Amino acid sequence: MKDKTKKYSLFAGFIVILLLLISLPSYASSYRVIFVTNILMYVILTLSWVIFSGPTGYISLATAAFFGIGVYTSAVLSGTLSLPFVIIIGALASFCLAFVVGSLTLRLRGMYFTMFTFALVQLISNFAHWYEVNVTGTVGRLVLALDSTIIYYSILVVFCLVLLASHFIKRSKFGLALQSIGESEEAAAHSGINVTLVKVTTFAISAFFMGAVGAVMTMRWSYVDPPTAFDIRLSFMPLLMAIFGGMGNLFSPIIGSSIFAYLEEILTTKFPYYYMLLFGGAMLLVIVFMPHGIEGVFRKLQKNNKGQLSEKP
Amino acid sequence: MKILDVQGLRKNFGGLAATADVDFHVDQGEIVGLIGPNGAGKTTLFNLISGAITPDAGIIMFKDKKVSGLKPYRICRAGIARTFQSVQIFPKMSVFNHVVIGLLFGDHRHTTSASTTEEVSQIIEFVGLSGMNELRAADLTLANQKRLEVARALATQPELLLLDEVMAGLNPTEVAEAMELVRKIRDKGITVIMIEHVMKAIMAICDRVIVLHHGEKLAEGKPEEITRNQSVIEVYLGEFTCLPSET
Repeated sequence: MKDKTKKYSLFAGFIVILLLLISLPSYASSYRVIFVTNILMYVILTLSWVIFSGPTGYISLATAAFFGIGVYTSAVLSGTLSLPFVIIIGALASFCLAFVVGSLTLRLRGMYFTMFTFALVQLISNFAHWYEVNVTGTVGRLVLALDSTIIYYSILVVFCLVLLASHFIKRSKFGLALQSIGESEEAAAHSGINVTLVKVTTFAISAFFMGAVGAVMTMRWSYVDPPTAFDIRLSFMPLLMAIFGGMGNLFSPIIGSSIFAYLEEILTTKFPYYYMLLFGGAMLLVIVFMPHGIEGVFRKLQKNNKGQLSEKP
Repeated sequence: MKILDVQGLRKNFGGLAATADVDFHVDQGEIVGLIGPNGAGKTTLFNLISGAITPDAGIIMFKDKKVSGLKPYRICRAGIARTFQSVQIFPKMSVFNHVVIGLLFGDHRHTTSASTTEEVSQIIEFVGLSGMNELRAADLTLANQKRLEVARALATQPELLLLDEVMAGLNPTEVAEAMELVRKIRDKGITVIMIEHVMKAIMAICDRVIVLHHGEKLAEGKPEEITRNQSVIEVYLGEFTCLPSET
């Protein structure tokens, strides 16, 4: 009974937040809208990272690669197709790349997989650079910049989609398979799970949303070149944000990445020279004092509350 | 009727033949014991049958179809389930969900998650874990974790079950319960091959025993024949009777 009311209140809270987000451009300045767009970008990247790496425990640093593929696809197609198509094609391009790369490398485990994904970003970024220098002859591309409200709503749609996808994957038979793979890959395989297919598909689904965000964010930049499209920081941010928030449920990574992205924006604008230093310090404190992230802190508080209650006669 | 037929099976690890030209078959409805000293290649044989590793030579036929070379999940869906020597459970997952996984993925007849709840409860009750549905696997005792592995394997609706030392590390009461469980499994019509060091159990419930030594098949026969076989006594039982008692 209590669980149900808790569930409904969570759901209601979520709807309220969603409505606030939808109406945001009507009451906030365009600076605020861009600010929230940026935060949502990080939230989406973190959520899609958690779809694969959360249950399986395979730490991927390829986020920047899939994001960048979305960016480049969108840059190439910009002006030729309408926005939804550009986003979908960018997302599909990332999906395909992840599927191919995943089939080749998801037999690697632990550190080796992580290192490979890290190298993948460099490889694709350098390939794009080489291609531009040697084939097209110009480095970087001009993009038709779009109105910030349109970008904001596109990001909001992607956010809702990734949220739905995460929710359904988590609750489905597929999610159960993912969890079992994370806990014992061998036993999962011998229980009839096609481990490779499940891993590769999930990896590709998570890349799909990363590509979608990339395709949208391109429209904000008006000019893209390989270093901005394949920014390695975007590989580490979702990982750090997921650790900061926790990965046990859907809300933790959202809360974690929102706070984290908010802090980053504030720090870069207020303390442009010391921001990395402050950020590093904050991260250290989090890892030392909140090893299970915000989620861990909440769980501890809950436990303490329960403990006090049961002590009362 | 032969349910499993293994011919000329060979697997080398480096220069060592872990399985050296092993031939044997298992009939439907049998309980076959697989014994041998440590390092004899018993678990390697299970790994070969279940597809965890692929053989270098030889063929494994299951119900007259070749299964050697298939991926583990295909072999599982074909009807061969297994447990592991060192328990392989999903520590943070509930007992209930372990069985759900077996049903949903291992049993080719299941495509939806509907109507499984009752079947799950039946299987959990069958192995003797009733009332523990919502417990996390990590919180179970070793004996119950082994039962859970059996439950997960049974959920895949196997026709052949490979049990790798399900009784190791259990106390005498638990061993007796495990023996009873193996008999019940056979009575359901499932053929069983079991690796076991608990000789009391092997002697009591196996219809036939295969002895492995250095990857080769040393002897095969009824339990009482095996105990009288001179070469078996030399390599295995001689060494074994020195132990005070099985635990």
